[in-house]
Amino acid sequence: MSALIEAESVSKAFGGLQALSDCSLSVAKGSIAGLIGPNGSGKTTLFNVMTGYDRCSSGEVRFDGQSITRSTPERVFALGVGRTFQITRLFFRLTVLENMLVATQRHEGWTRSVARRAGSAAERARALELLDFVGLSRLARSPAGNLSYGQRKLLELASLLVADPAVLLLDEPTAGVNPTLIKQLTERIRELNRAGKTFLVVEHNMEFVMGLCHEVTVLHQGRALKSGTPEQVRADPAVLDAYLGGADDDNE
Amino acid sequence: MSARAPVRALLVVLGIVILGVFPLVFSNPTTTSIAFFTVVFMVCASAWNMFAGSSGYIALGHAVYFGCGAYALTLLANHLGFAAGWGVFALVPVAGIVAGLIAIPTGLIALRARRHTFVVITIAFMFIFQLAAFNLGFTGGSSGLQPPTPLWSVKTYNDNFYYVIALVLLATVALSWLVRRSRFGLQLLAIRDDEERARGLGVRVGRVKLTAFILSAIPVGMAGGVYAYFLGQIFPQFAFDPLFDLSIALMAFLGGLGTVAGPLLGALVLESLQQYFTVQYGASQAYLIIYGALFLVVVLLLPRGVIPSVEELISRWRSRSGAPEPEPGETGRTGGGVVEAGAR
Amino acid sequence: MSASSIAHAIVDGILTGGVYALMAAGLTLIFGVMDIINIAQGALVVLGAYMSYVLSAHLGIDLFLGLIITIPAFFVLGVAIEWSFMRRLREQDRVAMSILVTYAVAIIIEGILSVIFGVNVLQLHASYVDSTFHLLGFYLPYIYVFGFVLALVLLAALYYVLYRTHFGRGVRGSLQNRTAAELIGVNVDRVRMVSVGIGVAVTAAGGMVFGATNAFTPSSGYDLISRLLSIVILAGLGSIGGALVAALFMVTLEDVVAVVWSPVWATLVYYASLIVVLSFRPNGLFGTAAVRAQ
Repeated sequence: MSALIEAESVSKAFGGLQALSDCSLSVAKGSIAGLIGPNGSGKTTLFNVMTGYDRCSSGEVRFDGQSITRSTPERVFALGVGRTFQITRLFFRLTVLENMLVATQRHEGWTRSVARRAGSAAERARALELLDFVGLSRLARSPAGNLSYGQRKLLELASLLVADPAVLLLDEPTAGVNPTLIKQLTERIRELNRAGKTFLVVEHNMEFVMGLCHEVTVLHQGRALKSGTPEQVRADPAVLDAYLGGADDDNE
Repeated sequence: MSARAPVRALLVVLGIVILGVFPLVFSNPTTTSIAFFTVVFMVCASAWNMFAGSSGYIALGHAVYFGCGAYALTLLANHLGFAAGWGVFALVPVAGIVAGLIAIPTGLIALRARRHTFVVITIAFMFIFQLAAFNLGFTGGSSGLQPPTPLWSVKTYNDNFYYVIALVLLATVALSWLVRRSRFGLQLLAIRDDEERARGLGVRVGRVKLTAFILSAIPVGMAGGVYAYFLGQIFPQFAFDPLFDLSIALMAFLGGLGTVAGPLLGALVLESLQQYFTVQYGASQAYLIIYGALFLVVVLLLPRGVIPSVEELISRWRSRSGAPEPEPGETGRTGGGVVEAGAR
Repeated sequence: MSASSIAHAIVDGILTGGVYALMAAGLTLIFGVMDIINIAQGALVVLGAYMSYVLSAHLGIDLFLGLIITIPAFFVLGVAIEWSFMRRLREQDRVAMSILVTYAVAIIIEGILSVIFGVNVLQLHASYVDSTFHLLGFYLPYIYVFGFVLALVLLAALYYVLYRTHFGRGVRGSLQNRTAAELIGVNVDRVRMVSVGIGVAVTAAGGMVFGATNAFTPSSGYDLISRLLSIVILAGLGSIGGALVAALFMVTLEDVVAVVWSPVWATLVYYASLIVVLSFRPNGLFGTAAVRAQ
């Protein structure tokens, strides 16, 4: 299986803090990859670098073989990489349906968007279908700000699907979400994956990661410590060290 | 929403009819001149809102485009030898285009900055243009410029100007409505709520913001041109007036930022009130107190502006008397959407 | 132009710059703590000038002595503005609303001053305003030096309060992270209220010196606010030390430009340098990388 999105020897520092150092990660096409690591190990920074929100100081990011190292978020998305945020970000004053329609401009030119109505009949139907898919279609007309925490996570995911991205980067999709919804979310991700979507998931919820992902990468102090199947990762002593040993562990 | 469509259409027709017959019913020149100024501000507030209300970028420098429109019309009319009369009105769209062209570099620079800094840069541009109008040779400095003055009777004069600016208003509102319902308008609202995320959803925020900025400058420039022609003279401190910037922002806010009707309502109330005060009590500054106080009261009582607050009240009242609110839950999934959802 | 007229412009600029720093300090403090651009700052300066005018012209109280009355009065005014308007702004459109609300406060102040005092030009008078001293071959009114010293004293006091006291730790804490500050027992609402009070109180002094060194009308605030905003933005919003440096620099530059080029174009330096600096350093010259999320 070829890599759909990959980061190669990526480094990024904020002031004196080395958030990522020589970090590599590769997500195979059609897989669900997990990214785990202690707090501050650089997971979100890696996401930001991979989606154009942060520029890395060295290294390369590729999508489908094409370099996106210096791309903007707009461009990365247009290529087919969608992401969610650790703290859910929605357009809170727009309705649920409007939130779904924001991403639909992906397949058309910008000048046409000035003249054309937001959401053709087909796009609206598609948006409602996807809302149905995540169980939010009854709330289509309520402001997104009225949704519960878990519903927001689902809407954030669904609003990406409108543009039909090839790969989805989810940053802590289960944080603060109740178990019933986590189950629903797991199911949805599996269904989407079966239909061909690739996933990269940052998570703290081990049960969720180990149950869902085909391959798991452990990040520690800005480096990819270990990659493998959930079983391999779970059995690796270095990983246990990283989680239990804490910051003063100098095994590098 | 669908039930309200006929009501809305009725209101639009009613609005156009009132706009059309107003000078026929109230033919007193004092009244028609108040009406003229009110419509000028309806144009400006509506145009300003198209950018600032939708995107959340509070621009406080639209006087730049108002003033440039005013000077452009006056200078062109004088230098191209336009005779006073209807012909000069042909320059109104040109004034709009000049304002739009000036909005390109100023917008490009200002829009590099975010929120707070953006506001300050727009204010800075306003003062730069005011300073330039005072000190450049061709603007006539502090003694200003005089466009040709048509020799119409007072009544015809007011009526003619009123109908011209009313046409500009119709065009502006139509544009504003088109933008509001377009995907471009949706992108602007998305930028208002979360610009970073909008980028992550493929919205090319730079282009979207600049386009809206330019679009909003054009009607303001046209209004400035008509305004200068109506007054028959133009001075730097009136063409580039910081109070103008505040006024249109307050008007748009009062009615409801980001709505089509809000700025119209706000301008209607505030500008006619101000004009009425000026006529009634002379050039007293007391209206400033009322103006500011009214605004603060609205902020405290209706923090989203009049129209959104009223809409919310209506929808709340409806949901109480009509069908119950859909239960906030994960029900409603009918299944079957899965395969399509994933497949291309 | 001669070298001595440039030297004079520099001296004049530095002395006036101190007063601008004092007027800008309130603006930058309120921004730092509340995340609000207080457009009313210019109007407050003018209000301060008018209050000093009433005290000195009608009650015969010395300008500096009058500050004992105006500073506390302004503190109360600041607290009232914070309590009645600023804290009621909702988080989601705070930036937009704060600008409009404080702008509304500004025009109310302008309206009240116009109704009471009319729109005539006023200036404050005192023996030290009207008498001059000799420096570098030029005659400067004593008020410039007194005003500069007052500005330095008050800025130092403000600096002391912010960086050396328990209250100041609360201010800086709530500036950086509201939730964390609350967790360690800082009453953020009270800190904010007192900070705005202090920011406005300092402005009373700035207004007095402004009124003694400039002619003013109720609408002088507009010109002033644009200069003050330029200064605090160049300094990096929230930085008091930066505001002092930026004020000295900008006012001096303005005075020098007035001498070497043309007085009418001198104010252009504020806006031009503002636009140039922000195009390259979006956080200002002295600003840290503290870019707030929206």
